[in-house]
Amino acid sequence: MIIEFELNGDQATVDIPSDTPLLWAIRDHLGLTGTKFSCGIGMCGACTVHVNGRATRACITPVSTVKGSSITTIEGLDPTGDHPLQRAWIEAQAPQCGYCQPGQIMQAANLLSDFPEPSDEQINAVMGGNLCRCMAYIRIREAIKLAAIEMKEGGGDE
Amino acid sequence: MPACAKMVTQVFSVNPVWLKKEVLPQMKPIPINAACACLIVLIGGLLVACTSTTSDPVDLSASRFTQKEIDQGRMLAGLGNCAACHTNDSSKPYAGGLPVPTPFGTIYTTNITPDPGSGLGRWSEADFVRAMRKGIDREGQQLFPAFPFTHFVKAKDEDLNALYAYLMTLTPVNFDPPDNTIRFPYKMRWLQAGWKALFFDESPWQAVAGKSDEWNRGAYLAEGLGHCTACHSPRNGFGAEKTNDAYGGAMVDKWYAPALNADHEAPISWTFSETYDYLRLGGSALHGVALGSMGEVVAKGLRYASDEDIRALATYISDIDGDSSNESAAAQAKIAITAAQSRSDGVVTPGSQIYAAACASCHFNSPDKPSLLRPEMSLNSAIAMDSPDNLIRATLDGVSLESGLPGVMMPGFSALSDSDIVDLLQFMRQSQVALPPWENLSARVAQIRQDATSNGARP
Repeated sequence: MIIEFELNGDQATVDIPSDTPLLWAIRDHLGLTGTKFSCGIGMCGACTVHVNGRATRACITPVSTVKGSSITTIEGLDPTGDHPLQRAWIEAQAPQCGYCQPGQIMQAANLLSDFPEPSDEQINAVMGGNLCRCMAYIRIREAIKLAAIEMKEGGGDE
Repeated sequence: MPACAKMVTQVFSVNPVWLKKEVLPQMKPIPINAACACLIVLIGGLLVACTSTTSDPVDLSASRFTQKEIDQGRMLAGLGNCAACHTNDSSKPYAGGLPVPTPFGTIYTTNITPDPGSGLGRWSEADFVRAMRKGIDREGQQLFPAFPFTHFVKAKDEDLNALYAYLMTLTPVNFDPPDNTIRFPYKMRWLQAGWKALFFDESPWQAVAGKSDEWNRGAYLAEGLGHCTACHSPRNGFGAEKTNDAYGGAMVDKWYAPALNADHEAPISWTFSETYDYLRLGGSALHGVALGSMGEVVAKGLRYASDEDIRALATYISDIDGDSSNESAAAQAKIAITAAQSRSDGVVTPGSQIYAAACASCHFNSPDKPSLLRPEMSLNSAIAMDSPDNLIRATLDGVSLESGLPGVMMPGFSALSDSDIVDLLQFMRQSQVALPPWENLSARVAQIRQDATSNGARP
């Protein structure tokens, strides 16, 4: 089945079975490997991308269901990899092994668009579905708050 | 009017008082008493004997209709959501063939494109109006009340004319829907005449005095072409809407159409602005999104309606529950969300852990500002219903880009096992709305998953 959608601002076309997870369309068929596979059942957040601006688990999203939509992956969050969240991630030295981080950042970007000045409770609730086996949670929360401050001062980037 | 039709009208008009609609709700639906049976046979016989057919070819040239009429008809067809029932194959819109399961057997919807052989191509405007108002087809046969002529009878002449203009200018599709499988004796169409004597209020639409023009416009649309209660009212043993429990909620087409009267399941009442948002946008911050059949109504049908008509509908629908405390909706929501969050605090169960991992990232809200884009589960009627079906379907199948809020989707969580789904939904039931657990949840999850698998809809 031919399915077209927008990927990081460019038109993307795949010709694959309609129930193929969006994650495999992005990684295997369109070659963007920033988005990671982990649990495969929508329970860990490693595969988080944006569908029309909303954080979505790509591993349980059949590619046919995003036909015509606009997908953003970690590669497209900022054209130069310089999103306030990415800068804050480096400043706070958030990642350890790094595997979950693309998903963490994509979910955090959505968090900040919904809660521009997030409290600990809001961060915990919204980021609770993004697991980190290295237990970098404290630094992830710190990075989110750094980015929130920068985005507020900069008038918002997302 | 043919002479026979006049006779029938006379028979209807001399119905004894005990047959009038307002007395019926107290009657036991089954068995039919002997007097009813006689009446059915009498009226049925009259109808069979005297209905006529019109076979003159209909002028299908678009020029006989004005563009304004056609546009008005398109809007009304959307409001009535004709396409939802009269389309089975999306490549053949309005060509019918959709199976409609009823307690009496399956009805396949008719082709209402202007195809002369299989559709309305030979239907005159008078034939069309008679079908809409009387439930009698071109050949004079009784139509089953799965076709909601009981509502369409309220439509004004100019609206029926516009609808006719729209349907007759559609692309004709040659398609004969499968034969109905209605069981004996229900399949004897003349019996419907008796049904009508019992349950069909043929009176035209009358505005309600003392209500605003906007309210009356909303009532006209909702009770007439919109036929809202066809889904939202429970039905009696004869398949007729229970008029004494209008908008009391009913299971239709695998989804529960929630109650909109004072018994509404939604934790917050349907205020004007909530109802307007829901009907216009496909979702509202204090209720959630339109799914299932209602998702289609909003996404495919109401999109053609003017803002004025959506406002009118919202004015009427929000008045059905009789709750005028619109201003307090936000305050009630804040209390409900706060209570739900405190019930979840510190709870560590398999269900709570799944909720934290799979649901909260999108559904968590601050109590003072629930977001339209983050449907708040403690305010969602699907969790407060007696039937878990709507919540199970939403969880397994998700929400498509077209349903609910356009462009916003939720993937289905069918990758979770049945027992995980049960744990999750019971946790939501307990924490979000503090209602007793669903007793039949395991069986319903298994059944709904199995149905979808056998239909090939879900792996």
